[in-house]
Amino acid sequence: MEKLMADLKAQIIQQLNLQEVKPEDIGNDQPLFKEGLGLDSIDALELIVLLQQHHNIRIAKPEDGPNIFYSVRTMAEYITAEKNKTA
Amino acid sequence: MSNNAYITSACVIRNNTVTKNGEPVFTSDNTGLPEFLRSLYDRYSGQYPKFHKMDLLSKLGWAATEILLQDMPMDIYVPEDTGVVLANTSSSLDTDERYYETVSEIASPALFVYTLPNIVIGEISIRHRFKGENAFFIDDHFDIEFITGYVRQLLDTGAINACICGWVEQYHAGYEAALYLVEKNSRGMALPFTAEQAEKLYR
Amino acid sequence: MNGNVWIAGGGVISGIGHDLGQCMVAFEEMRPGMKTLQHLHSVHADTFPVVEVKAGNAELAQKAGMPAHWSRTALLSMIAAREAWQSTGLGDIAQYRAGFVSANTVGGMDKTEDFMKAFLEDTSKGSLREVVHHECGAVTELVADVLGIRHHVSTISTACSSGANALMYGSRMIRAGMLDVVIAGGTDALTRFTLNGFNTLMILDQQPCRPFDDTRTGLNLGEGAGYVVLVSDEIAKKIQPWCRLSGFANANDAYHQTASSPEGTGNFMAMQGALKMSGLAASEIDYINLHGTGTQNNDSSEGQAVERLFAPAYPPASSTKSFTGHTLGASGGIEAVFSAWALREGIIYPNANFTTRMKEIPFSPVTAFSKDNNLRHVMSNSFGFGGNCSSLVFSKE
Repeated sequence: MEKLMADLKAQIIQQLNLQEVKPEDIGNDQPLFKEGLGLDSIDALELIVLLQQHHNIRIAKPEDGPNIFYSVRTMAEYITAEKNKTA
Repeated sequence: MSNNAYITSACVIRNNTVTKNGEPVFTSDNTGLPEFLRSLYDRYSGQYPKFHKMDLLSKLGWAATEILLQDMPMDIYVPEDTGVVLANTSSSLDTDERYYETVSEIASPALFVYTLPNIVIGEISIRHRFKGENAFFIDDHFDIEFITGYVRQLLDTGAINACICGWVEQYHAGYEAALYLVEKNSRGMALPFTAEQAEKLYR
Repeated sequence: MNGNVWIAGGGVISGIGHDLGQCMVAFEEMRPGMKTLQHLHSVHADTFPVVEVKAGNAELAQKAGMPAHWSRTALLSMIAAREAWQSTGLGDIAQYRAGFVSANTVGGMDKTEDFMKAFLEDTSKGSLREVVHHECGAVTELVADVLGIRHHVSTISTACSSGANALMYGSRMIRAGMLDVVIAGGTDALTRFTLNGFNTLMILDQQPCRPFDDTRTGLNLGEGAGYVVLVSDEIAKKIQPWCRLSGFANANDAYHQTASSPEGTGNFMAMQGALKMSGLAASEIDYINLHGTGTQNNDSSEGQAVERLFAPAYPPASSTKSFTGHTLGASGGIEAVFSAWALREGIIYPNANFTTRMKEIPFSPVTAFSKDNNLRHVMSNSFGFGGNCSSLVFSKE
């Protein structure tokens, strides 16, 4: 889980072009949107692309986004759960 | 006839050089456009992480506006008093191509949102809280007579009291921005707002 | 800068009819145009319903009097622009100082996509003839030439409000005394570019769209073209104009590249500005042609802006996109024609597929077609990406 969360931070920074953010700036439980990292709706769509590209997971319903992408930890938990489903 | 209006500030960016109010103020040798635009951001702004997500056209227009409005506070106007009227020749073609390249794998939403030329107006308006009238024209060259005439009409009819107007063009490595701040109030350079003056500052 | 600007006529081609008359029949018979893709090839054909113009390029080209290898955007434009001009009865356009102000967002992208397919397989292949009309302005020039318009030709590209902005621009040219007549509106053909793009934004509905409905999940893309003919007082005296373009305004929402601010600030300012210019109170608007795309974001923001301006008495309102789909750069032009015609005929258009009122707003759209209503003032909204918000007001006199 720790490794996955570290990977995710690097992937998020790269995917969302967060040039002034370092991985260590993102807390595992820090909200990614609004008051947290300040991401917006387009970033949410890019996170969906990220899951597809790096983790081979497709999210069909954008309304699931806010729960999955609440924080790095919720993303990691979701990915782990999805991987277990298909395993 | 027409009321008075003034070019109170002007910013031209081309060939890795920034000219403000007719004077060269910044040059950066031997860098590509993305690096050059980043250097403008670092020098004239910072503290606006969304800059890095913009496409090159938006970065160019956004950075030119930052420089244009240095020492020209716009909070003397209510938001709907300031308009933005821009033109270029390549529309958003550069980003259209980049976006198209992603379509064969996973199409990028972050690129798609920039596949319209007027998004640069949106970015400028978001940054400076301008809510006035805006328009983006596609023309084969910078038709100064047309743009000044159009903005003059917006000012004369009271649609707006100030306007960021001009030219923001970018396609691959080629680019050029020429922006003017035009106001009914006299301040800054306070040159008469005419096509001739705009032309002089552009040349 | 004085005098009035009148709507002397209009023309439309859309997925619910090849001319204005056919579109009216579709409204009256409650026949929205959403279907599976027929003419455009896309991997998404079976996923997303669209509102295509029900004709191939050969048929459209014949109708337009243009070569079939020209962009579909130009063919659609020509058909609607010619219908618009002919509806005025003003005769030979060459006798007037005439302008053509046309909006579009895709230009000749349809042809470029055909070129790219061949070119990407083999870079020595692909006909360059297909890309020469790629840029938005090229499409306008082609149509202006065939129409015989030379005094002024202009292209506006401000996303989904483009068509409405063309009317504003044309109206100003007339009021400034620079032109006597302006054919103003917009055109856009369906392309893979836009279909894929809106898909990445996850705002396409897999069902027929449901504007202003609590169950809405997105928009359906459409295609088409719509133009009105704007004329000066002097020209209007010679004919029976449909109505007058009495007010317009454009404002920037200054919130996000693509999303509307939650409370619809830009929407509100555009509507308020158009009302102010027309010298009307909100209570004098008899029908609102909503932007109403069917996305969560637009309808919620637009609804709240309408509430702020019109509460507590809401005029009848509907989104004709529930029939035509969202035709992007064309939509402002098409809906201007519908709005102007509504005034002339007293028509209130239905909002198709409506079942459930949105929780966040206190009004529902009109669901039945009616005519011979006593309409004096009609408002048409068009809001686009980049925060570009426009509102037009048409008045009977």
